[in-house]
Amino acid sequence: MRKTVPVVTAFVTGVIVTISFFFNEHTTLIGKVQGGILQWVTIIFGLALALGMVSITRVNFNKIKRKQEGWFYSVLVIVSVFVMAIPSALPVSWSPMFGRNEGSLYYWLWTRISEPMMATMFAMLAFYIASAAYRAFRARSTESTLLLLTAVIVMLSRIPMGEWFLRLFNESLPDWVNIYIMNGFNLSVQRGIIVGAALGAASMSLRIILGIERTYMGKG
Amino acid sequence: MPAHLRNTIRIGLTALLLTVVSVSSAFAQAEDGPAFLTNRINALILVIVFSVAVMYFTQQARKGKTLFLRKIPGLDAVEEAVGRATEMGRPILYIPGILDLDEMDTIAGVSILGRVTKIVAEYETPLIVPARYPTVLAACQEICEQAYAEAGKPDTFNKDSVRYLAGEQFAFTAAVNGIMMRERPATNIYLGGFFAESLLLAETGNAAGSIQIAGTSQPEQLPFFIAACDYTLMGEELYAASAYLSHEPLMTGGLKGQDLIKVILITVIIVGVILSLLDHWNVIHFFDIYSGWFQEA
Repeated sequence: MRKTVPVVTAFVTGVIVTISFFFNEHTTLIGKVQGGILQWVTIIFGLALALGMVSITRVNFNKIKRKQEGWFYSVLVIVSVFVMAIPSALPVSWSPMFGRNEGSLYYWLWTRISEPMMATMFAMLAFYIASAAYRAFRARSTESTLLLLTAVIVMLSRIPMGEWFLRLFNESLPDWVNIYIMNGFNLSVQRGIIVGAALGAASMSLRIILGIERTYMGKG
Repeated sequence: MPAHLRNTIRIGLTALLLTVVSVSSAFAQAEDGPAFLTNRINALILVIVFSVAVMYFTQQARKGKTLFLRKIPGLDAVEEAVGRATEMGRPILYIPGILDLDEMDTIAGVSILGRVTKIVAEYETPLIVPARYPTVLAACQEICEQAYAEAGKPDTFNKDSVRYLAGEQFAFTAAVNGIMMRERPATNIYLGGFFAESLLLAETGNAAGSIQIAGTSQPEQLPFFIAACDYTLMGEELYAASAYLSHEPLMTGGLKGQDLIKVILITVIIVGVILSLLDHWNVIHFFDIYSGWFQEA
């Protein structure tokens, strides 16, 4: 039963969603069925949020109970989770602090703590790129030297001062970089990878629909 | 029931279901526009050719025909990386991407997780699987539990090793980076859908001295993984990984079908380039009609 039901479900829903792509979603039965399936997906994903709450609470609670290293941070995690979740789930009619509108506790915490912290994480990417580029662009072989030269030319063409510098050699040099390197070599390779990945995804979908691939549900 | 009979029944049922659903849909036509979208016939032809190719090679594999698969060093390195973690007494960190379970990248990531967890269970190495979505969490817990059971060590599975961290992209990244710096995993495996956080994760793992194996179908993130990781699976290799690690002929049949379609697409592109050049040189003007076959009308 645990093996058959998921395989049959994957087969039926997979076939319906695939076929519905070729039919009018508003006027045909299959189009409407597909819409219903997608709604079910949203409902299941919403309900699954409780699993996440249970997991994060259990993992951090165990850490506090065993007084593991850094247990104080687990206290902060649990407090943060519930301080964000509970008031946002309560109706606004009870208090303007509840709900997720402007002026609520959730909104205040989101705009003043969560968002700035996430923006900080994203901004740190610049430093990570610098250290990764330093390693990647070391001229150790012919290939890496070619990569280094190409990267230098592309980077120069992307900044105003670099563009000015390249134009000293030839007025069209920055445009050639764009045409031949970015829209030529780079784009063709990217498209090759995208086509390969799309075929790979389609092949895997077919394996799942036909029940050949069952590893996604823990079956070998 | 013999395998070939079971297979014939399966294919027959597929064809029957396709026919029934297609016919019923066609009859369900209402007054607002056509039921069947004729502008997608080209896609339908490709789907049919692709499905037939995959089924044909799967049948060939079933009959025992050996199908060649090229080496994927990143996947061959998995066992070595698990062994290293065991020797060092440090955990393995496996991230199945940051997308939800309705994305193929995530499905590919969690499929490979089962194979990796089986090796991890055999070596009795600690495993950490952080999840960004609760559905991914549930799937990963089920897969890991099953893999430990299949390895004959169900008691060693710790349910908390698969844990939910945060739903927001950079909150999740910060939490994973924290795990990397605190627990110092010997091996980090990133297989799934990754975006702007790819380099933040991979560089932190590099700084923590971990062996890193990454794979994604997002072409924009591949250079970051290549720069910061020891092995990188590119695009389709991610989807092939599960079949590659299984060593099952049945699974590799699908990969062969995929290769055949790739040959067809390469031929289509070469013909397109030639026709485009001939169009440019005013020899024949057939390129617009030809390219129209491959676009949504």
